[in-house]
Amino acid sequence: MVTAMPSQDELRQRAWDIASGVVDPEIPVLTIADLGVLRDVAINDGCVEVAITPTYSGCPAMNMITLEIELALEREGFPNSKVRTVLSPAWTTDWMSEDGRRKLREYGVAPPRAASSRRALFGIEQVACPQCGSEDTEVLSEFGSTACKALWRCKSCREPFDYFKCH
Amino acid sequence: MATASIQVSETPLVLYALRRADDALILGHRLSEWCGHAPMLEEDMALANMALDLLGQARELYGYAAKIEGKGNDEDKFAYLRDVRQYRNLLLLEQPNGDFARTTVRQFLYAAFADLYWRAMMKSSDAMLAAIAAKSEKESAYHLRHSSEWIIRLGDGTEESHRRAQGAIDDLWSFTGEMFEVDGSERALIDAGVAIDPASLHPHWLKTVSDVVGEATLVLPTSGWMQQGGRSGRHSEHLGHLLSELQSMQRTFPGVSW
Repeated sequence: MVTAMPSQDELRQRAWDIASGVVDPEIPVLTIADLGVLRDVAINDGCVEVAITPTYSGCPAMNMITLEIELALEREGFPNSKVRTVLSPAWTTDWMSEDGRRKLREYGVAPPRAASSRRALFGIEQVACPQCGSEDTEVLSEFGSTACKALWRCKSCREPFDYFKCH
Repeated sequence: MATASIQVSETPLVLYALRRADDALILGHRLSEWCGHAPMLEEDMALANMALDLLGQARELYGYAAKIEGKGNDEDKFAYLRDVRQYRNLLLLEQPNGDFARTTVRQFLYAAFADLYWRAMMKSSDAMLAAIAAKSEKESAYHLRHSSEWIIRLGDGTEESHRRAQGAIDDLWSFTGEMFEVDGSERALIDAGVAIDPASLHPHWLKTVSDVVGEATLVLPTSGWMQQGGRSGRHSEHLGHLLSELQSMQRTFPGVSW
């Protein structure tokens, strides 16, 4: 029996599926594909090249994500992969998938509002509580436990919660 | 034992990137000195987060400077193995933290500039600088919003917070002129579309600063006399102390790594 060699496209798709399964070490319910951090997967001379983009310039999770991608690919038979960081176009919360937003909410983190903009950055934000859904919420701290989050509190159910900042 | 400092080939573009990288590193380091000491937990997180943004910006800029210089230097060598006279940051950013009001005023005066600067630099003809600008402008905008709110809270707060905020503005004002200065090497980059002319940002910066300071019931000094020297390596005495801490590991144990 002869097994057909997978085509370049099939290889690329397999590598994409593997890389896209890597999760954010800070928010483990989100994959890097949900986040929009995974930008591109290519096969060059038999080696996988993955492009990722940082959420914030100083995001310390990038080194970890790079390592996790290389390990995941290695485990699935793609040794010697390369991960490079691209800055342009700059990451925005608009790239977060609908599925990602739902998973965030279920995890207890209020997702960024869609179609964020400079105005959203400066305007008055209305953030719904991920626990009870109430929009009667207030900001406790503009900076949270990681660079991408702020700390809010729900005035209805009194629960504090993380909010994934618009960016 | 101490390690020798590196040599840097400061072509106009290398120098330009290094100046902005040094701005980000030095201000980021100053903010990191607050870690565990801020007046409240929320501000501890805010200052550390802003420090992290700045450190990220510095790393991108150092990495780019190393690439265009092409002499084997890298981000670590630029940060750890240059002497005080080789640093090119603005004098404003190396000024000691002082109290919370002083740190906030320093942050506000710079963020009001950085917000405009990075937004304008998104149009740079240099693709890498434009990409770094696109990331940095969102972060700077957030820093500006945060520090503006604190200026208003401090100025329009108690008698003591007002006095401290006004004192900081009076003391730091003479360091703001340097942000808008241009020397010969930068003029050529401006003409080539790589850099933007910071002088063109001054009216907008002054309006932002005046509006916030006015709302805070504070006043801007009227003196127009300005300090300079940071961009050419003539620093205040404070930077040497800062570097002795920042560089102590590499200077004591050359080449040490995690």
